[in-house]
This record gives sequence, structure tokens and C-alpha cells, in this order.
Amino acid sequence: MSDKRLTLKKRLHILKHRYRGKKMAPAFNAFHTFLYSPNETTHSGAHVRAADDLKRTMNTVIMALIPVLLFSFFNTGYQHYAAIDAASGAPRELMLWENFLTWENFWLGLIKVLPLVIISYGVGLLVEFIFAVIKGHEVEEGYLVTGMLVPLIVPVDTPLWMLAVSVVFGVVIGKEVFGGTGMNILNPALTIRAFLFFAYPTWMSGDKVWVHGAVERAGTADAISGETILGYLAQNNTSEFTYSVSDMFFGFIPGSVGETSAFLILLGGLFLVFSKIASWRIMLSAVIGSLVMGLIFNGVVDAGWISETSTFYGLMSFDFWKHLIVGGLAFGIVYMATDPVTGSQTNRGKWIYGFLIGFISVMIRVFNPAYPEGVFLAILLMNVFAPTIDHYVIRGNVKRRMKRLKKAVIPAAVQEKEEDLKVETV
Amino acid sequence: MSKDIRIKKGLNINLVGAAEHTTSKAALSNVYAINLLDFYGVTPKLLVKEGGEVKAGEPLFYNKDNEEMLFVSPVSGELVEVIRGARRKVLMLKILADKDQKYLTHKALDPDKANAEEITAFLLQSGCWPFIKRRPYDLVANPKVAPKAIFISAYATAPLAADMDYVLQGKEQELQTALSALAKLTPGEIHVSVGKGSDSPFADLKGITLHRVSGPHPAGLVGTQINKIDPINKGEQVWTLSPQDLIIIGECLRTGKFNAERIVALAGSSIKEPKYYSTRIGAEIATFLYASGVNDKNFRVINGDVLTGSKTTPNGFLGFYNNTVTAIPEGDDYELFGWSKPVFDKISTTRALTFSWMLPRKTYDLNTNTNGEHRAFVVTGQYEEVFPLDIYPMQLLKACMVKDLDEMEQLGLYEVIPEDFSLTEFVCTSKQPHQQIIRDGLDLLYKEIG
Repeated sequence: MSDKRLTLKKRLHILKHRYRGKKMAPAFNAFHTFLYSPNETTHSGAHVRAADDLKRTMNTVIMALIPVLLFSFFNTGYQHYAAIDAASGAPRELMLWENFLTWENFWLGLIKVLPLVIISYGVGLLVEFIFAVIKGHEVEEGYLVTGMLVPLIVPVDTPLWMLAVSVVFGVVIGKEVFGGTGMNILNPALTIRAFLFFAYPTWMSGDKVWVHGAVERAGTADAISGETILGYLAQNNTSEFTYSVSDMFFGFIPGSVGETSAFLILLGGLFLVFSKIASWRIMLSAVIGSLVMGLIFNGVVDAGWISETSTFYGLMSFDFWKHLIVGGLAFGIVYMATDPVTGSQTNRGKWIYGFLIGFISVMIRVFNPAYPEGVFLAILLMNVFAPTIDHYVIRGNVKRRMKRLKKAVIPAAVQEKEEDLKVETV
Repeated sequence: MSKDIRIKKGLNINLVGAAEHTTSKAALSNVYAINLLDFYGVTPKLLVKEGGEVKAGEPLFYNKDNEEMLFVSPVSGELVEVIRGARRKVLMLKILADKDQKYLTHKALDPDKANAEEITAFLLQSGCWPFIKRRPYDLVANPKVAPKAIFISAYATAPLAADMDYVLQGKEQELQTALSALAKLTPGEIHVSVGKGSDSPFADLKGITLHRVSGPHPAGLVGTQINKIDPINKGEQVWTLSPQDLIIIGECLRTGKFNAERIVALAGSSIKEPKYYSTRIGAEIATFLYASGVNDKNFRVINGDVLTGSKTTPNGFLGFYNNTVTAIPEGDDYELFGWSKPVFDKISTTRALTFSWMLPRKTYDLNTNTNGEHRAFVVTGQYEEVFPLDIYPMQLLKACMVKDLDEMEQLGLYEVIPEDFSLTEFVCTSKQPHQQIIRDGLDLLYKEIG
């Protein structure tokens, strides 16, 4: 075994040297470094380096997404069959082992979700490789996370060609035109999501798309509902949905593929915070921000400033903390707001940035009757503002330095002497 | 007077192969060398021709920008080789040592009775001046500008660095003489930092402000201490010295002889018996390296510590400013799935399947592998965890990369030198060359603003 491994290592090493300087070198290196971490040694500065690299960082985020992905397989199947049962007049009662974690659910989820994952990774990485080869830089790891996020934030029945087109748009316009991973202004996954939303709104909103099969069955005798909780609330229709708080928290509800289980997202978030890969500051402040906005809306309702017939009554009267367990808010906070490239980069800025994401998410959610969800818009908006927030945070530091400078007495003799010296050296 | 400095942000890099507290005398080196790259920014003008004879302490060359600033030979002997690089730039001077050492002797100077001009002239003439470094820019100090203050760190927190209390013991007199002389050269104070609870010879010395420092690396870096004690403002200069060089200065003032002897820590996991050696500036490293034995065939010898030292070979020579020589294994090998598998034998500040956080006291055998490829800056917040200065490290690095002079000034480039960014470079996920970026930034700022 070890002999074989040696030969593979050797062989790849020889190939690497053969490819060096060639057009295809970045493509080869991408596969090579995936298999073997490189034999590169330090040549300037510190002679030893910490164990982390960008691949490990991105891999950690993917690990935090795996439970969500697996859950989505089951939930996709479950929501489909549950909607059929409900349409036939015999609503299902959720039983975890009997009718949720079943092969039937898993299989349906697998054949619906896996193609989304494959298209997302396949198309996205292809674009990345093409750009790397053309521009002659290494294939960067950013898309490893983006590629996993994208299938989890779209409705399950999204046509694959739409996804492919959006991925090309998102990667090229959202990232590559800025210079690749680390240079982009907007979160690429959300850019893809936004493109889908604005280009194909009928497939991205409404009361059909959130459960597999609802669109194709619409108008037939077998029609099933594909509405989300937020959708019901936006229509002030609270009678029809029968989801309990535990359903919402654990994720047995319709929605985008991977956004439903606040529980698993919470676990993923805790893992990311523990491993120090994602910023706890952003997560915590975003949660606080959304709770504050939710409380304000609840307060408005309690004060009687809004009538029960108002368009916004349903969402405004929704208990403030429940905003966190329905829709994409939890997913957005944990996996998207914490993107270090597009988020705030200073610790103080992260508090402001996170808070505003939570705050604006709930605000858009309530005030957007056409599409009762605002997380992706809120994060994209704050992506744009993150550099401004950082700018003002950093000005604070600069001001402190300037103040110190004003207080400092710089001896005139020193300055004179220095001028003498300059004259001499000229 | 004593003030405490407590550093919270930072990281101790515990490596295998710390030098044991015993000192052996290194074998005499046949050839000594002065590496001119040690004197960053100095344009040398040679005073001795190839084949010429010099005594120990006799000038080899002077600084073109300041003809009084002399650089002297550590030994007596014959200048056998002048190694030149591109455009005939002098890189190294090699001296074949005499069997019997002859010294060039100056008239001893009592700093308590001398004035500033006399002391400056003595230090320049005797070759002691280049031990004084200045900030901003990390250059040899300018004798025409009195510094705001002088900072000396007698607390080494860098990985495997020589233990200052050990190498300084018994040298109180020399230290006091040197400090008394330096005190005349600044209107400000001399700040000396020692480890908290340490038994430093500085504790009883006069004319200094003593600071007791505690906390992880970079608590021992003088840049950290300056930032906490009295940060540098635009237009100000401060001087820094290494305590071991104070001994040479002190001895020179007392006896008139430039004695280049120095106790050096030989450390690192590639060394069989890491310990201290008494040798001279410019000695061939092989004269003591092999006396301790080496473990690996393929290892790297570093003039200095693993974070800030410069790469050399066993046939290289001890640097002018170095008191540590480190040897660690080269890491030029591939590692199967190195990016995804759990890591137990490397240091990390994250917990992304890296487990060094569980064993903070474990010592590690790190090699020179980069553990990943160079990338654009992606991860944020990671530098701030190990960077105790009141500066935004990533923003300053980016300002240097885009050559934005205003930003560089405003974000505090005057306060730092490359070594202050050695720890952020160590933890950097994107494997960016932080120290080089800062050096380039400082060079640009010096050229444009001065």
C-alpha cells in the first residue's frame, strides 16, 4: 500500500513539473493539491506556518452544511408526500421514524436535490477552472462553499437549466470580474439567488414552488399546496397552517431546500463558532437585530396601531422570536452573513453589520407583500455597506492616532537636524 | 520605577528543541564573515582592500550616508574575500582569522563624565553604533537625531529564542555602563522590559524605567512594548537595542576594545543537544552546529528565530544582530489529504479539525512547509487575535500592498517593523508574506516621505 502511494506521489510530482508554466497548470494543480497538500516551503518571513489553509477553512464550512443537506433529502420527500396526503383530506401526523426518516422520502429527496448539487458544483467549478486557466492563477477554494450553498437556498423544483444559467452569471459577475475569491463585493451564492429571483420570479415565489410536485400538479385534480409559513402569514391566513413550534424549529416545514431546519443550522453555527471559522459576532448580532425588529412589530400590534385587516397584520403579529425558526433567516445568518470576504472585516464593524442584517431581514420580510422573505436582499444590501461600516470603524483608530500626534511635542531641533541630514545626503 | 505590561492577544509557539541552560565554548572559526545585508539601508564604502590585514575592532567599511559611522571587524586577520552581487553590490566580507587576536584599542570612556557628543563619537568610531536601530523604518540609527526614547526588550517570547536572563547573567557592570552612555543621548527615558517574575540583571540598574511584561508572544517584541508604553508618532524617532549588544557596548566603553563575543542559543528539533555556545559575531555556524549533533539530513539553518530569522546554511555565518541559531526540518514533501484530515502535530489558532487548542503546553516539531498555497486575503479577524498593537493589521497590510501612502501613515506604519507582523504571518490562512509586505511599505514610505 505504502509503495503504491509513493509511486502516485512521485508520479504526480513529475507531472506537476511537466505542467509547470503551461496553460493547463492551474487545472492540474487544483486536482493535485486536492489530493496532496503541496511540498511548498517558506521562502520569506516566518519559516514555520500554522496548519490552516483556505481549503481547510472552506472544508470546515462544508462539514457544517452536510447535516443540513442530508436533512433536506428527507424533508423534500416528506413535504411532497405530506402535501399529497393533505390534499386527499387525510393530513399526516409527523412521526420521525415512521414517516419522516424513510427510504421513500430519502430517495425522492436524493433524486431531486442531488442534481441541483451536481449542476451547482459542475457549472460553477467549470467557470472557475476556465478563469483560472485564462488568467493563469490557481483555482481558488471559494466556490467549494458557494457550490454547496446554492442548492440549499433554492426551491426544490428549480429547473436545472435555470440554475446553470444563474450560476454562470453569479460566478462571473459576482466574483470573477472582481478578481476572484477574496476580491468580490457581493456574496456569490446570494448573487446567484438574486439572479434567479429577478429573472425567473414565477419559479422563485408564490404558493407552489416550495414543495416538490406542486407546480406540475397545479390546476389538476391532484393539486397540492406548496405554500410556506411566511406565505400564509403574508396573506393573513393563519388558519390553514398547522405547523407547531417544534416543526418549525426542527424543520419539518416547506421552504427552500436546506433552510428549514433551524435546529441543524444552529448546530452547524455552533460548530463554525467553535472552530473559529465563522464570526460569532456577526451571528449573535444578527440574531439580536432580528429579535429587535420583531419586537418592534409586535409592539406596534400590541399598541393597536394597525388593524387586523391590514396586509401586514399577519407577519407583524407573528411572535418575534419565531422569525428565527421559519424561512431562511437562520440559514442566512449562519452561512451567508458570516462570509468573511463580503462582510465587515473589523470586529466592531461585524457587530453593526450583523445587527443590521437581522434588523433589515425581518423588516423586508414583513413589508414585502409580493415575496415574504428578505434575508438574501438584506445580506446583499449589507454586503454593499460593509466597506462603509469598516471605513468608519477604522477612522476611529486613525482619529486616536491623530489626536496622539497633536499632543506629542516633536522637538524642533530634531526636525532641523533631519533636514540638515537630507541636504547632506542629496 | 516599574510599570507592568500585560499582553492578552498573542500566541506562544512551543517548539521542540529549546536550548538547555549550559554554555559551551564553540570551536574557533577559521573564517569570519560580516553579512552586509544585516545592515538594511546602509550603502557600504570599503576601507580595506581584499588581502588587507585588520585588527579586531578595526573598521572594514563606513556608511556612505554618514562617513563617521564605521563598521568594524569582529576578529583580527586578513580580508580574504569580498563577495559581490548584482551591480557589484558588496554582500559579504570574509576574514581569515589570525591565531593570536590583536585588538584595536580605543581610549576607554567613562559615560558619567562624558557628554553626548563624546559618547556619540566614541560609539561611531568603535563600531558599536550599528547596534542601535531606529524606528520608524527599522534602520541603523541616525546619530544626528536624538530619539524620543530608547527601548530595550530583555524578555524573549519568540519560539526557541535565547533566554535573556540566562545569557545576561553576571553582566550588570557592562549593561550599566552602556545604559549610562545611552541615557545621555536621549532627552527621554530608557525603557527596559523584563519578564514578570524573572530574575533579570536589569532589575537593579539605574537610570532606566523598568517594565515587567507578561503574556504570550509577541509580548517580548520591542514593538509591542513601544505600542503599550509610548507609541511612535509621525515625525518621532525611537531607538531600540538588543540587551546582548549592550554588553559589547558596555565592555567597549570600559576597556576600549570591541569584543565581538556573544552567547548564542542553538535550538530547534534538528539539533540533538540544543544548548548555548559562546562564540563571536560572524563565526561560521558549523563551528558549533555539529558539536551538538543534528537529527535530520534535510534541515534548514536559520540565523535568528523561526519567525523572523533569515535562512542560511551550516556554512553560513552568525549574523550581526542574532543571538539564536535555529535548525528545523525542511518540509518539502507532499501530504495526502493534508487539507482535510485532522491535524494533531501542527499548531493552529483555529479548531477546524486542528487540535493544538487542546494541548496548549505541548511542544511541536514544525517543519518549513507552508501548509497550503498562497491566496488572496479571505479570512478576517484571525490576525487581530494574535496582534496586540492598537493597529488594524489587515487594513495596514492592504494599504502597503496598494501603496497608499496616506493610509499607511494613518493606519500606523510608523509604529511597526516587519517582525511585528511575524505572528500574523504565521497564522495567515492565505499564506501572505506579511513581513515582506511591511518591509516594502516601509521602503516606499521612506523613499517618498523619509
